[in-house]
Amino acid sequence: MSANPNTITIDGQEIPFTAKQTIMDAALAAGVYIPYLCHYPGLPPSGNCRLCVVEIGNRNVAACITPAVAGQEIRNNTPELNEVRKTVTQMLFVEGNHICPSCEKTGNCKLQAMGYYLGMLEDHFPQFYQRREMDASHAEILLDRGRCILCDLCVRASRDVDGKNVFAIVGRGTNAHLIINSPTGKLADSTIATTDLAATICPVGAILIKEQGYQVPVGQRIYDQHTIREIGLQESIAKKNDD
Amino acid sequence: MLNSSLHNSASPHEHLLHRLYALQQQFLHISPESMQQVASEFNLPVSQVASVVEFYSFFYTQPCGRFHILFSNCTSCGYLAGEQDLMRMLCQLLQVTPGKTRQDGLASVDETSCIGLCDQGASLLVNGVPIPALDPEKITQIAQRITAGTPVTNWSAEWFKIRDTVHQRNLLLTDRLTPGSVLHKALQQGANESLEVIQQSGLRGRGGAGFDTGKKWQLCRVASGGARYVVCNADEGEPGTFKDRFLLSEQADALFEGMAVCAFVIGANKGFVYLRGEYRYLLSHLQAVLEQRRSLGLLGKNILGHENFQFDIDIVVGAGAYICGEESALIESLEGKPGIPRIRPPFPVTHGYLGQPTVINNVETLIAAAQIVMHGSAWFKSAGTEHSTGSKILSVSGDCRSPGIYEYSFGVHIQQVLDDCHAHNVQAVQIGGPAGKLIGAGDFNRAISFEDVSTGGSFLIFGQQRDLLAINRNFARFFAHESCGFCTPCRVGTQLLKNNLDKIAAGRGTAYDIEALKQLSHLIQHQSHCGLGHTAANHVLDSLQCFPQIFSANLKQHFTAQFDLDQSLENARQITHRDDAAAHLDNG
Repeated sequence: MSANPNTITIDGQEIPFTAKQTIMDAALAAGVYIPYLCHYPGLPPSGNCRLCVVEIGNRNVAACITPAVAGQEIRNNTPELNEVRKTVTQMLFVEGNHICPSCEKTGNCKLQAMGYYLGMLEDHFPQFYQRREMDASHAEILLDRGRCILCDLCVRASRDVDGKNVFAIVGRGTNAHLIINSPTGKLADSTIATTDLAATICPVGAILIKEQGYQVPVGQRIYDQHTIREIGLQESIAKKNDD
Repeated sequence: MLNSSLHNSASPHEHLLHRLYALQQQFLHISPESMQQVASEFNLPVSQVASVVEFYSFFYTQPCGRFHILFSNCTSCGYLAGEQDLMRMLCQLLQVTPGKTRQDGLASVDETSCIGLCDQGASLLVNGVPIPALDPEKITQIAQRITAGTPVTNWSAEWFKIRDTVHQRNLLLTDRLTPGSVLHKALQQGANESLEVIQQSGLRGRGGAGFDTGKKWQLCRVASGGARYVVCNADEGEPGTFKDRFLLSEQADALFEGMAVCAFVIGANKGFVYLRGEYRYLLSHLQAVLEQRRSLGLLGKNILGHENFQFDIDIVVGAGAYICGEESALIESLEGKPGIPRIRPPFPVTHGYLGQPTVINNVETLIAAAQIVMHGSAWFKSAGTEHSTGSKILSVSGDCRSPGIYEYSFGVHIQQVLDDCHAHNVQAVQIGGPAGKLIGAGDFNRAISFEDVSTGGSFLIFGQQRDLLAINRNFARFFAHESCGFCTPCRVGTQLLKNNLDKIAAGRGTAYDIEALKQLSHLIQHQSHCGLGHTAANHVLDSLQCFPQIFSANLKQHFTAQFDLDQSLENARQITHRDDAAAHLDNG
C-alpha cells in the first residue's frame, strides 16, 4: 500500500518506524494506543499478557514483541479484537483473587482500568479461588500473590533496572507464581527497597508500599481521572510517573 | 552430611538438569537447602534453580516414596485404558492417596503424561523404569514387592521387557546402515553435495510441522555465529507417539550418523540429543552406542581421518515437560532453564543454543537424512507424494488388534492403516495426538501427508464403545497440566476449557456452554504465545464439528448452577461435624 519503506499501517493510519522498533514501539511513538498490561516502555518486552495481540493478514501477533516490518497492514482497534481483549482481561480477573473494593490499588490499578476501558461488566468465567501465599515479612513492602497477574514487570524491573534480581516467576500452568530470590524466600530477606522500580511498577495490588494507604482518596486516583489509554500513551521508564 | 555429599558429587561441567536429577535420586526430593547449594555450585540465583525445580514434573519439593510410581494417563497406555482403574487399585493395596507420599515414606503413587508405551497396554514407571502390559494380577504382585521392600532391581526381569512389533516397513526400516558408511560417503562427496542431496530429496521435518530440512541446514550453514550446533529433538511427548522410542532403541547408530552428517554440512563441532525424562532408561544404551562410535573414530577429533572435522554428541535428559518438544523451549531447557518458549523470530536456525545458529531435527528426520545421503534423493522420492516425499513411521495404538510401529509411504489412506492394524468398528482416529486432528469415519479416505492430514506419528484409534467426551476431557487435562504458564490465554484458557468439559460431563452444562466452548477454543488457538496453545483446543473444535452429540447429549434444558450447591457445603459440614438432614440442601 505504502511506497515509503519505513512505515507500517495500523487501522489504515500510516505510521513511521525505525530499525529495531516493535509494532508497539512504533505505535506508541505515533500516539496510537494498543492495549497492554505486561509491557512498560523502557523495559524489555515479554509478550505474556497477550492483550496487545493484533492481526496482520490472517496472523495474530503480540505487538510488543513483533518487529515492525515495512508495509505491515495491522488491524488493532477493531470490535473483534477488543472483545477478545476483554475476555483475556476477564481471564486474569478470575485466575487471581481480585478484591477491587477493598484493594488499596483501586483507582490506580491497570487491570481494573483495562476492565473499564474494554467495557467489562462482569467476570464471565467462574472464579478459580486459588490459594496463594501472602508475604508480609518486609517492613515497608507487602506482597499479595493473590492479586498477581504474572505480568513479569517486577521481575524485569528488578533485574534490568534495579540490578537486584529480587523476583522470579516459577511453576507451570495455573501453578505459576512469584518467588523471592532470598535465602528464606521471604521479601524481608531480599535486597528490595521502596525506591526500587520493582517496588512500584506492579500494575495491580500485588506489590504495595506499606503505611501509605489511601493517601490519595478514591475518586482522585489516576484512573478515576484518566483512561488507561491516556496513561498508556505517556508512561515510560525515563519519565516514571510515581503514584 | 548433606553438604559433603553434595560437594562430592558435583562436577563443574555437569548439566543443571542432571545435577538436580542426582539430588532427586539421593534425597527423593529437592529441598530449599539443596537449591541453595546448587545455586552456589552453578553460580546462579537461587530463584533460577527454584524455577527449574518447579517447572519439571519429575522434580519434587516434597519427598517422594522410596518406591515412586507414575502411571501414564494417556488414552492408550494409561491406567484407565483397560476395564479397571489400575492406579486406584494399587493405591488401595498400598494404602496411599495419589500424589501423597505414604506416612512411612515407603511409596508414592501419581499419574504422569503419556510415557510412550501406547502399544504395550497400561503402563507405569517405577523409580523411572517402565513396566508395560499391566493387569490386576501384576498390580497385586507389584504391591506385594513394594510392601516387602524388595528393591526394583530384584523384581521379575520379565515385567520390564518392552516388545516392539514392526508391522509395516518402508524406506527407513528395511535396511540397516553400517556404522560409518554414511559419514564416509558424506566426507568423500563433500558438504556441498551432501546438502544438495538432502535439498533435492524434499525431506521435511518429521516432528509434524514439516519444515524443509535442507532449507533449515542451509540457513544454519550461512548464518553468522561463533559456533554451530546440531540438536536432536528426542522429547517425544505427544501422547500416542512411541516411534522415536523404538528408533532410539533400534537405530541409534543411524541417528548419530545423521547428526554427524548434519554437523559436517553446517560446520558444527557439538551436538546434543535432548532425551525426554520418561525415556531415561534408554540412556545407557545410547551412551554405549556413542562410546562405540568414538572408538571407531566416528566421533571426536579427526573423524574418519579428516583433520578438519571434529564432532561429538552429549545427551541431555529432560525431566517431564511436554512443552520442551517445542524447539525454542527445548533450547531453553538445554541451557538449564525452564522450558518456556522463546520469542520468535529470531529462530533457532540463526539464534539457537547459547544464541548460536542451531539445527533442531526430530529423531526420524535425522535418520531419514542419513539414509538419503546413503541412497540418494531419487531413492527417497520413490516413495511419498509431491509435497511429502519419502515414508512416515506411525505409532499405532488404541482400539485395534495389532498396535505397533507402521512405516508407510506418505499418502497412505487412513482406512488402509486401520485395515492393516485390524481395527474394526472405529468411531474416530486422533491423528498427531491431542494437538493433532480428530477424524471421523466419514473422512477415513483422507491421506497421511503434509498436504492433507499431517502427523508427528501419533495414530490413536477409538472404537465405537469409547466415550469421546471422556477422551476430550483427558486431552483438556493434559494441556492444562502441560501449559508452561507463560501467557494468559493458554495458562488460564486451558484450565477453563478443562473445567467447562468437566461441567458438561457432570450433567450441569446448558446450550450456552457449547457456544462458550467454541469461543474459548478460538481464543486459545489465536491468542496464545506458542504452538502448545495454538493446538490445545484442536480436539474440542474438531469434536464440536464431527461429533456435536457428545457434548449435547447430556445438556440441561434450563439454567443450572455450574457447581453442586450441596457438595459445596461439604467443607462446612466437616468443620462443624454435622451430616444431618438440616446440614444438606434440599435438592428436590
